[in-house]
This record gives sequence, C-alpha cells and structure tokens, in this order.
Amino acid sequence: MKNSVNRELPADLMEKLNYQGFESTEIGHPEIQRVAPKVHVSTGDDKVVDSVADVVKATVKDGMTISFHHHFRNGDFVFNQVMRAIIDAGIKNLTLAPSSLTGVMNDMVIEAIKAGTITNITSSGMRGSLGDFVSHGGLANPVIFRSHGNRARAIEHGDIKIDVAFLGVPNADRLGNANGMAGKAVFGSLGYALMDAQYANQVVLLTDNLVAYPNTPASIKQTQVDYVVKVDQVGDPDKIGSGATRFTKDPKELKIAQTVNDVIVNSPYFKNGFSFQTGSGGAALAVTRYLRQAMLDNQIKASFALGGITKPTTDLLEEGLVDKVMDVQDFDKGAAASMHANPNQQEIDASWYADPDNKGAMVDQLDVAILSALEIDTHFNVNVMSGSDGVIRGAIGGHQDAATAKLTIISAPLVRGRLATIVPEVTTVVTPGDSIDVVVTEYGIAINPRRQDLVKALSNVPGVPVYTIEELQQLAEKKVGQPQPLEFTDRTVALIEYRDGTIIDSIKAVKD
Amino acid sequence: MAEKEERLRRTMMFVPGNNPAMVKDAGIYGADSIMFDLEDAVSMAEKDAARLLVYEALKTQDYGNAELVVRVNGLDTKYYADDVKAMVKAGIDVIRLPKVESAEMMKTLVKDVAAAEKEFGIPVGTTHVMAAIESAKGVLNAPAIAASSDRMIGVALSAEDYTTDMKTHRYPDGAELEFARNMVLHAARAAGIAAFDTVFTNMSDPEGFYRETRHIHQLGFDGKSLVNPRQIAMVNSVYEPTKDEVIKAQKVIAAIEEARIKGSGVISMNGQMVDRPVVLRAQRVMKLAKVSNLLDEEGNYIEK
Repeated sequence: MKNSVNRELPADLMEKLNYQGFESTEIGHPEIQRVAPKVHVSTGDDKVVDSVADVVKATVKDGMTISFHHHFRNGDFVFNQVMRAIIDAGIKNLTLAPSSLTGVMNDMVIEAIKAGTITNITSSGMRGSLGDFVSHGGLANPVIFRSHGNRARAIEHGDIKIDVAFLGVPNADRLGNANGMAGKAVFGSLGYALMDAQYANQVVLLTDNLVAYPNTPASIKQTQVDYVVKVDQVGDPDKIGSGATRFTKDPKELKIAQTVNDVIVNSPYFKNGFSFQTGSGGAALAVTRYLRQAMLDNQIKASFALGGITKPTTDLLEEGLVDKVMDVQDFDKGAAASMHANPNQQEIDASWYADPDNKGAMVDQLDVAILSALEIDTHFNVNVMSGSDGVIRGAIGGHQDAATAKLTIISAPLVRGRLATIVPEVTTVVTPGDSIDVVVTEYGIAINPRRQDLVKALSNVPGVPVYTIEELQQLAEKKVGQPQPLEFTDRTVALIEYRDGTIIDSIKAVKD
Repeated sequence: MAEKEERLRRTMMFVPGNNPAMVKDAGIYGADSIMFDLEDAVSMAEKDAARLLVYEALKTQDYGNAELVVRVNGLDTKYYADDVKAMVKAGIDVIRLPKVESAEMMKTLVKDVAAAEKEFGIPVGTTHVMAAIESAKGVLNAPAIAASSDRMIGVALSAEDYTTDMKTHRYPDGAELEFARNMVLHAARAAGIAAFDTVFTNMSDPEGFYRETRHIHQLGFDGKSLVNPRQIAMVNSVYEPTKDEVIKAQKVIAAIEEARIKGSGVISMNGQMVDRPVVLRAQRVMKLAKVSNLLDEEGNYIEK
C-alpha cells in the first residue's frame, strides 16, 4: 500500500499494528478521548528510597512500557543506572518509550536488546551505534519514531501507555516536587518529562539533590510521583548542553543564515507581534543574530519565541525584542539559567508545545519556523532521519510539529561534501512537503509553488536568487553527480509516524 | 588596456586551490573577482593536485558573473609552465603573476600565454593577465609593468613581501605602504587598468579592516584582495554610494539623455555645462548603486 506521499508501506505490519497511511497535514476537528493514569494511593510519607535496584524490583515487570526523558542529553547518568538495574534483574520484553535517545545511552540499549530486556522502542530518534544496530536488523520489532508533539498525543491517547517513568531531576523534595532549574546538573525546562509525570502509572524521580519540603517552583508535582530515589549524580553539567554559545564563523553558514533572515524580513509575517522558532544548529544561531538586527532596524518586536531555546533567544527576551519565550527544552546553560531568572520564559509541556489533538497548541499559533534537513526532495518532502547510507542517524524532534507554522523555512546547504542535500526523492519522508514553504541554500532559495503569495513577496529580494526546487536539485547533481541507489532488504526496522499517528514512511534494514 | 568597458573589481577573493570545498563554494559570496591560488596557499606536495582541481572546477562549476583569476606559481618555479598551460586551456579570464619586478616578466608570461592559446585552439588574446607587485623594485617599475601588455587588466600590491623587502612590517596606520600604494595606483591609472590593494588578514579587527578599506577607497583603488568571504560585504559597503551621490548622478544621467534627444553635443544641467569627468563619475556611481541594490526596477533610489 502507498500513502499520499507515494511511499510504499509494509502492509503486514500496518495491519498487525493497526496503522493507517498518512493522508494529509490537516488535523481537522475530531473528538478524542484522553486516558488517565492509575493512582496507587498514599499520603506520600514513604516515597524516598536509596536503591535504584529496589525501586526497579518494586515497579518494573516483564512486558511493561518504561520511559525516560532526554533533557540531560549526553550528560545523562540516569538512563544507564536504571537500565543496568533492570537488565540485572532479568526483566524481559520491555517497551522503551523515552522522549528521545542520546548517544550516551546507545551501548546500554544495545545490551538490553541483546539480553531480551528491550523488545520494542518508540523514540524521537537515535544516532550512532544504536542507529547502526537497528538499521542492520538488531531489533526484531520495528522502532516507532514519533515527533515530540506526536509523543504527547500518543501518550494522551493511550497509544503509548507508560507503566513506569524514570525521570532524573536536579532537585526534588521527599514527596517529589521538582524542577529542572536548581542544583548541579540543571537543564532548564522539563517540557518532555512533564508528559510522563502526568500520564505514567508509576513515576520514579531520581535526584542527587534532595531539598526541603515543599520544593518550589514545582514543575513535577508530588501528586504525580510514587518514588524519589537519591543517587550520587544525575548528570554531567558540562555535557548537558553547549557551554557558552559561539556564533559560527563559517562563511557558508553565515550566508545561509543571512538569506533565511532576508526571507523572513521580506515575508508578510515580519510585523509587530510575530512569533518564531529557530533551533540549535550553527546557522540557526546566526539567524537569531541577523533577526535581532532586523528587528532593531525595523522597530519590530516578537510576541513569542518557541521550542528548543538557546541563549541568543533568551538574550532577545532580555533586550525586550521578544515578549515571551515558550520553552519546552533548553539547549545551553545560558537558556537554562534564564528560565530560572526570567518570569517571561514559560516552561511548557510537549502537549502544550505541539500536540495536534488539542484545544490549541503553541505550534498552531506559530508564524515562522526555521528547520534543518538531511535531505529535501523536489516535492519538498524532508528527511531528518536516515543518512546517505540509509542508516538511521537522526531525530524527528519537533520537525513535523513546527513545520505547521505559517512560514516554514528549511535551511540547508545545497551539498554537503560529496552528498547532495536536494535530491529527486528523499530516502525517508519525515515531514511532508505540504508543510514546507521555502528552502534556503547558499546558492539561493526555492519556494513551494503552493505558496504563490510567497513567490510574489520573495521574487525580487536583492541578493536572494529564486530557483525552482528542480533547478536546485539539478544544480546539486551537477556538482556531486548521481549516487548509486541505496540497497535495502525487505525487513522493516522502523516506522515513521506523522504527528497525527498515521504512517508517513518506513525504514528498511540496509543490505550489507 | 584589455577591455573596452570598465568592470567593477571591488573584491578579489583568494581561494586556496587545494581546497575542494572552498573551490566549489567560491561562487556563492558575490565576489567581483575570484582568485584561485596555486602559489603560496598550496604546499609543494599538492601543486599538481591543486592545478588539476582548479582546472576541473573551471571546466565544470558555474561561478556566475565573477571574473575568474588564477595566481600561478612564479616564473622561476618548475610549476609555472604547467600552471599557465592548464589555466589557459581551462579558459581562465585572468592569470595573475606573483612577484613581478619588471615589464619583461609580464612579457614572458604574455608570450607563454599566447603560445598556450595557440596550442589549445583558443583565440589569441582571449586570456588576460595581471601583475602582483611585492618588492621595492616592482614598485619602482610599476609604470612599465602596468603598461607592459594589451592583455593587462590590473596591478595588485602585495604588502607582506613588500614590507619585508622594505625592512619594516605592517602597522595599523599603513604609513609604510603609502608610497607603494600611490605608485601602484598611479601606474594603473596611467595605463588605464585596475588597481587592487593588499589583503588584510586579521579577521578579529573589523574596525581596522574598515579603516584601511575607507583609506584605499579614498585614494582611488578599484578594490581589495580578500582572504575571507566575510570581508566582501564589508568592502562593498565602503564602496556603496551615498543617497546624495546617487541622486546627483541620476540628474547627470538625465541631462545626458536630454542632450541626446535634443541632438545637442553639449550636456548642460542647471544652466551649467557638464564636463566629461562628471559624466564618467556619474556613470560609475550608477553602476555601483545598481550592484549595491540601491535602485528599484525603474532605477529609483530605494529609501532605507
């Protein structure tokens, strides 16, 4: 069977897992029923435990779904401690449902799969050795990749039914009131973890910093928490986020960033009260700098900045150029510290951020989104998941969610080394071309022909040549040539959900 | 003089000829001239590889309207002959010879270029040349060097070698370069060719870069050699005409048009005759205004 972006989907799996193929970016107005977690009633006086092994024994059983958050990123000490205890306890057939998987977790996940402890995974993404392992058929069941907004939707629907959530926090009191802002290993917003805290049947907090009761501000509340485990260290502060954010000096990235800025400034959305989401790459940070200057020059202020937050964005808040920062995660120490200090930087959960089945999510109000891509094809479909070798090496993150903005800009170099970024067909469709408006490269831009209003607005911007997406693809091919087609086996190793829970594409095992 | 119409040469961007990524991307920054370097940027071991890379790039990549220049290895090196042959064959616009000290050196290059043109069936005279002046002797011979051939499009001052030759080094105020700059500039103007100022390598001193660029703009240089694409916009902003200059130039152009329609040989504006230098300056201002994106489609000044 094929879906509306012309992807052949594995019929047997689709039927077995009761999936529909992707049809449209339109969510419509369905009525949906949300689920609620089980509550094991307690007055809360006996939550503190000393041993991870004990709490694992008390909570995790064969066949359960367990979850973690990835706010500690590559400084995470929680995931490996808990998984070690679970593997050692001989528990089998678990579904691993973290908000995402970072490199520091890879070896442990592979060990757990080999031990039969983990048999299913749903995640925003995976990279490195784990991506390789899965792409070579290391996991029997297909991984389900979901965007951050879609994970929130799936949890609320009960598609992901979390039995036990293990959530690391840099502070908590004895009943489980906790936030991400104070302590040694701070990361700022707990945005993704708030879903787990609200919907998991059992919530286990792990902290190295047990503080006096009651702990405020409480992002995670005592009403949600079953256990509080005292551990030596929850994370390495130096590896959680980048330290001082450095602006790129790469002239090509700067050129792309400047063009992105030109597109925004010349679009109909650049006016007082506009909103934007940038992201964390070198070019994205540079866009924020150019945007700041454009806002100053044109005396324009933004009503909010959204999503994963960096210091350049909180600097705009500080400067009064942005009224509010709506913060689902922080990418650097500056942004995390700012959340603590500035009441206009609001912590939001993943549902508020981007869940499509909602009474309104932040992304529905978003004017401008700047997103990256591994590949873009001539239908404007975007791949952020599989590399040029067909191996899983990415994450959806908020890509599908933020792409619903009124002006969605993909910023990417035309070619990377010997690889074309703009291709006839992406290896894996993650975000459908219908939600992409402008592609910006160092050579010029391409505008989705669905957006004739933007074609008109952006066709005579000095220094911004406009090409068709086909012309950019041919330019890239002229530079790097035509690659041999990738070879895959028939075995499906991953399914990519669209944010509404339909299947937009699948990933096959690579042929060795 | 090699060309009938003067072209803008505000920025000549150096690109190491042994760096595929930079060679590939050289066209995206809007440099007026791109100079692929086979000389100092390339180590001995990579001379042949760089020559091949630049040759292939010239044959396959589209660099838009930029003037394409290559700095070959010096006359006294064993790479020189192959460099010249390969670049002429590839159809380069301009060959830049380093360390030029006499008109004879340029004449040798021109002879070798002509031979290569014949060998590869390229119309003789197609390939232009320019000289880099890097020594006291070169500076003193600048007028003869600039006038050495019809193929000459410009002379460039290269300050690193020159200041060493002069037993000094570069200072922030540039006083040590004043004579050489004026000499090279006068030689270029007398020969009717372009003059390029030297590179400014300290990327962490934008103020110093602007100061130097404003200075050489005031002297009358066509532009500057550059080591980093980030400097292109900086140079262009210095060369960008002011609103007053644009409006005055537009009036002059309108007066020319009026005289043409009337069939009058005399151009007058506000009852005064307009001299030829004023006309030339107005034309240059309008050309700069156009490339600086200061004019709309009808040619009106865009208020910022």
